Amino acid sequence: MELIQQLVNGISLGSIYALIALGYTMVYGIVRLINFAHGDVFMVGSFVGFYAVTMLGVGFFPALLLAMAACAVLGMIIERIAYKPLRNATRIAVLITAIGVSLLIEYVTIYLRGAQPEAYPSTLLPDRNLELLGVVISSQSLFILGTSLVLMVLLQFIVHRTKIGKAMRAVSHDAEAARLMGINVDNTISATFAIGSALAGAAGVIFGIYYTKIEPLMGILPGLKAFVAAVLGGIGIIPGAMVGGLLLGVIESLVSGLGYSLWRDGVAFIILILILIFRPAGLFGKNVREKV
Amino acid sequence: MLTAGLMAGCGGNQQGGSSSGGNGGGGGGGDVIKIGANLELSGGVASYGQSIAEGLDLALEEINKEGINGKKLELVKVDNKSEAAEATNGAIKLISQDKVVAIIGSATSTNTLAQVQVAQDNKVPLITPTGTNPTITNKDGKVNEFVFRTCFIDPFQGTVAAKFALNDLKVKNAAVLIDSSSDYSKGLAASFKEAFTQGGGKIVAEEAYVAKDTDFRATLTRIKSANPEFLFLPGYYEEVGLIVKQARELGLNVPIMGGDGWDSPKLVEIAGKDALNNTYITNHYSSGDPDPKIQEFVKAFKAKYNKAPDAFNALGYDTAYFLADAIKRAGSADPVKIKDALAQTKDLQLVSGTLTLNENHDPVKSAAILEYKDGQQQFKTKVNP
Repeated sequence: MELIQQLVNGISLGSIYALIALGYTMVYGIVRLINFAHGDVFMVGSFVGFYAVTMLGVGFFPALLLAMAACAVLGMIIERIAYKPLRNATRIAVLITAIGVSLLIEYVTIYLRGAQPEAYPSTLLPDRNLELLGVVISSQSLFILGTSLVLMVLLQFIVHRTKIGKAMRAVSHDAEAARLMGINVDNTISATFAIGSALAGAAGVIFGIYYTKIEPLMGILPGLKAFVAAVLGGIGIIPGAMVGGLLLGVIESLVSGLGYSLWRDGVAFIILILILIFRPAGLFGKNVREKV
Repeated sequence: MLTAGLMAGCGGNQQGGSSSGGNGGGGGGGDVIKIGANLELSGGVASYGQSIAEGLDLALEEINKEGINGKKLELVKVDNKSEAAEATNGAIKLISQDKVVAIIGSATSTNTLAQVQVAQDNKVPLITPTGTNPTITNKDGKVNEFVFRTCFIDPFQGTVAAKFALNDLKVKNAAVLIDSSSDYSKGLAASFKEAFTQGGGKIVAEEAYVAKDTDFRATLTRIKSANPEFLFLPGYYEEVGLIVKQARELGLNVPIMGGDGWDSPKLVEIAGKDALNNTYITNHYSSGDPDPKIQEFVKAFKAKYNKAPDAFNALGYDTAYFLADAIKRAGSADPVKIKDALAQTKDLQLVSGTLTLNENHDPVKSAAILEYKDGQQQFKTKVNP
């Protein structure tokens, strides 16, 4: 019974990773940029949701939409200011810029409101514990899993079935050729950042409701874990992020469940190293990588 | 715990550098005995220093009604601006310029440690009201002869929690969940385990986390499967709030207990009122304690400051009485004689408990146990060492 409970714990933790990893992997798939600021956009989304609920007094769905909208705008601003001027620079320069943007968002947040944590109001979503044969499942973790799945399907749909998705795939394939075909590359990349950041904002609000406590540095570790999840599933592949996130959550829970709780984060990053050595394309990766 | 700067509340109540105004007759001469207070009256942890000063002022008013051996106590305050270097300077000024017979301060361990050498070299007693770090009074197994404290040290809370679990809650099996990135947490846990097993209890699970973790469900599931009757959780309120919440979600409904690191209004917001029922903390003192001595103090304090005294107020107040008692017994205002009298303090009735110093100059005294009921701290009992 303990093992099943640990699997349930792992899936609920993994759904959060998956939720963040979806945006990560999408941006990577299109722009080939590891957006390290993604975890911090997630944090900003969480705070926007929090202030929307506590100051404007709105309910869950308006808060979620507000956070997604705010993050979409933030994502586009980050892209325009920080990444666009580096479009033709080396990848390492962009990567370092991404880390700089990440630190900037963290410490501007601390400067604006201080480093103290906030607690999400507990009344936003009903929280019931379902008990099945001694295994406790919280209704909120089912909700998170459901949200992640819906967003994954939606994202797949956008990328593969819409016009903007087609443009994204074209830009991902060859930006120059896409430009010659009349695709507005800058707008397409902006849209990619907007969608990816909106997903991070949604994840932030859901994280806040599930874990209650939010603070300005909350995005760092989940952001890194989501990156591991994205690499595990094959970075750039949307269903891969989902599977990678869930797998990572379950592995972490099992490690803690065996009594090695202090090794949990270490194991996550060992997985990253092993995947990069033995299967750099990730679990879902193919030889000729299919990009989103 | 008190060493950590929790709040950056920097009130405007900044008292100037010094309020010395007595006759210039040196510490022992004339009709007054000068004592120094080297406190955080401004800067990062100003709220700690100001609270202690309030307690000191109230206590001195009361003491000076009768006087000590026919003399009155005069308090010379210096503001160390919550900085260690300023604390050292303040101690030097108090000793060389104001010629105080003893120094009270500072609130934090760091600022107190900055004065230890000055006090030792000049042979002037130094008493910290709230510095909990063990090395203040005892460094490398050697007692700092002139340094004392009014509060109990961190590990003591673990011992108190073990006694409370065994004797009041009558549990036999306990689990321990430690913040492995905090010396405070590890210190409390070590003393809890020692006292609990000595008292006939059994530790059935021992797990750890690191500060800033957010998901504890896997670890808590493991703890739950060991069927403990009690969980000792000596951490800080940010993680503790999440752990208590997630423990209750997983159906781990046993009593949970921690130390003064829990003591923050944020704890209730994070964990939620319901999850916090059946949890306990140890603290220095509770204004809800029905003990007549405490209620008398609460009344006098409310009359003067129009608010309920917190633990810093109480420890500041107690420090003045601790020192006054020693001066009275020393029968003189000689710092060395006061030091000897301080070291011999035994069964002194104070607001924060009955104080007896051990050979390390650390108080052995009772701790208050508070219980959370619907998000409110309620006085449960007092545990004697």
